[in-house]
Amino acid sequence: MVVFEKPHALTDVPLHYCPGCTHGIVHRLVAEAIDELGIEGQTIGIAPVGCSVMAYDYFNCDMIEAAHGRAPAVATGVKRADPDNHIVFTYQGDGDLASIGMAETVHAAARNENITVIFINNAIYGMTGGQMAPTSLPGQVTQTSPYGRDTSHCGYPIRVCEMLATLEGPEYLERVTVNNVANVRKAKKAIKKAFQNQIDKKGFSLIEVVSSCPTNWGMTPQDALKWIDDNMLPYYPLGVYKDRSAKEEK
Amino acid sequence: MKLPIQCLFSGFGGQGILFSGKFMAYKGMIEDKFVSWLPSYGPEMRGGTASCSVVISDREIASPIISTPDILVAMNLPSLDKYEKIVKKGGTIFVDSTLIERKVERDDVNVYYVPATKLASDNNMPTLANMILVGKILKVRNEYSEESVRAALTKVVSAKHADLLEVNMKAMQIGASYEE
Amino acid sequence: MADKVLMKGNEALAEAAILAGCRHYFGYPITPQTEVAAYMAKKMPKIGGTFLQAESEIAAINMVYGVSSAGHRVMTSSSSPGISLKGEGISYLAGADLPALVVNVQRGGPGLGGIQPSQSDYFQATKGAAHGDFHMIVLAPASVQEMAELTIKGFELADKYRMTSMILADGTMGQMMEPVDLDFKITPEPEKPWATTGTKLKRNHNIVNSLSLVPEELEQLNIARYERYKTVEENECMYEEYLVDDADIVLVAFGITSRVSKHAIDNAREQGVKVGLIRPITLWPFPKAPFQKAVGHAKAFITVELNMGQMIEDVKLATNCKVPVHLCNRVGGMIPDHTQVYDKIMEINEEVK
Repeated sequence: MVVFEKPHALTDVPLHYCPGCTHGIVHRLVAEAIDELGIEGQTIGIAPVGCSVMAYDYFNCDMIEAAHGRAPAVATGVKRADPDNHIVFTYQGDGDLASIGMAETVHAAARNENITVIFINNAIYGMTGGQMAPTSLPGQVTQTSPYGRDTSHCGYPIRVCEMLATLEGPEYLERVTVNNVANVRKAKKAIKKAFQNQIDKKGFSLIEVVSSCPTNWGMTPQDALKWIDDNMLPYYPLGVYKDRSAKEEK
Repeated sequence: MKLPIQCLFSGFGGQGILFSGKFMAYKGMIEDKFVSWLPSYGPEMRGGTASCSVVISDREIASPIISTPDILVAMNLPSLDKYEKIVKKGGTIFVDSTLIERKVERDDVNVYYVPATKLASDNNMPTLANMILVGKILKVRNEYSEESVRAALTKVVSAKHADLLEVNMKAMQIGASYEE
Repeated sequence: MADKVLMKGNEALAEAAILAGCRHYFGYPITPQTEVAAYMAKKMPKIGGTFLQAESEIAAINMVYGVSSAGHRVMTSSSSPGISLKGEGISYLAGADLPALVVNVQRGGPGLGGIQPSQSDYFQATKGAAHGDFHMIVLAPASVQEMAELTIKGFELADKYRMTSMILADGTMGQMMEPVDLDFKITPEPEKPWATTGTKLKRNHNIVNSLSLVPEELEQLNIARYERYKTVEENECMYEEYLVDDADIVLVAFGITSRVSKHAIDNAREQGVKVGLIRPITLWPFPKAPFQKAVGHAKAFITVELNMGQMIEDVKLATNCKVPVHLCNRVGGMIPDHTQVYDKIMEINEEVK
């Protein structure tokens, strides 16, 4: 009896992520959702610059690597090229989605572009070695905020779900995390729903996954998961920030 | 008809400056001439003045940009002030004398004063002063014929506005028969 | 032959793109190319295509990247400052070997510059659109008819070589109306087995990518790309010659200045001066052959450009600096009239007598 199998939507290429990084979990959840919905053959994934830049090697569906921040625009093109047959997802980090690509993010949401966005928020630039991100917490020490993020100097972290929820456009916005088994289950449900929404032509769905970066946070993987509970979640509360269809059904 | 001929139409936005230029270009095209039409564009359009350059030639047109027009149509004072000096020696200026009170200062050009705006409003066609002036140009150049004018108008007036064809015809006829 | 119609260059270009099978247009408003967007906004919804006004030039070129990845003909258009913004995306298109059509209706620069006609993006288009080793196929129309013809050619070449084709026009080409004949024969789009359209679980996944972290591999990718560019240089150069065979002086001009130059040449010929014109139609690849031929009899070249002297460098290279190359130019949105070019011809004629 098989008790554990790799999802079909993942390739056999070994992941390059650091030990304890939550990217691996989220990759698996995305792949499971694709498998369960039976959409691998029509899915096109887009991974822009960031730690997940090589995600094109890890997913078995067609993949596009995009410029830093531009994945929602590229996704718009791919989706509009064949809206009835293409299932399109982007997989973006916080620097990508909320800093250099903020315009692309906001406008794709405002257009209710029928795509699925997986947003990894680990409050740091991982790939370039741990610089301050648009979501780095006040006081958080990073390579480019060595004395802690000083909000009087470089402002406050951005709460993406809350901000996008002010827009009329998007269909579904939820913040989840993957720091324990129960939370992983909830994250899986949210990610699957974000794909189902696209299949149902409901529009823009974004799942923000509060994630850990043990390497650049300078912690053990376990401490990093605890740090999510203690520091990240108070600033980034979990929950559904927008669910238009559910609201309309009420 | 001596070619090439370079016409500069100028006036306020809303006077049909671009349209009269288009008419002239279409007329040339139907008569198998090389033609070009170039509007002024950008912020200067917003300021209320509009102009367009039309070149009609029997060979490939070097440039759609006109530095020394053979014909200037001036439908407001700023246009006359701006362009009077660049008209070719021996060229022709058509002045809407309803809107421009002063006379042309140069004595080396031909000038026709046509109270086009007044004629248009007297004849219940207030937006067609431009075509009255076009009628006058064609008459002066000995090119006015009902058939050629109708053929060009049919091209330039979109099917949607076919009802405007006759009134445009009439405007040009008024211009053609106007004598100072 | 169909009836000729009088059309603006920008509109003729847009209509030709539709004729070429382009059903996806993304853009952002900027003078003097906005008519392209306006035309597409009107037409695309009626023919099942996509017109989308993007949030920025950067987004627009990345939407182009997306549609091209999915294997469809796609275009964007802008004017000089907007093309600078598209540079990033153009480099990624090159790195991922994606075909696309980009239109630059140039205006004067640098910075915000002006909005009147210019050719000051010659270097940008032919040599340095963005980071990395790459080229675009650059086509320079000199009439409204060519705005249409070269747009169709641009799509065909882009697909054939998996490159970006750029239409390098200027404000006059975009804004002026001339009679145009839109009766074209279109070659069908080639198959694109590399496109990311979904595996249907019937093939291995396709990857569109410009990242290559292993230097040995990235080197080979660049070398292979330049092999392809060499084929383009060998097969796709386009140019027009006008009275060059016996010319002592050869003018070199593209776009609007080539037309002004012809006028000046006719006037100079009437005075017995042997002068002709080479008009490059492809600016990259730059057509070297007519220069190698002309350099045998020409005593001087004059480039006529709407910039501070950009194409002149390619002319010096194409002639190996064997004879002097002079510049006759206007900038900032000004255009030389034929008398300025004529005077320059006469001045150089005195020198080479």
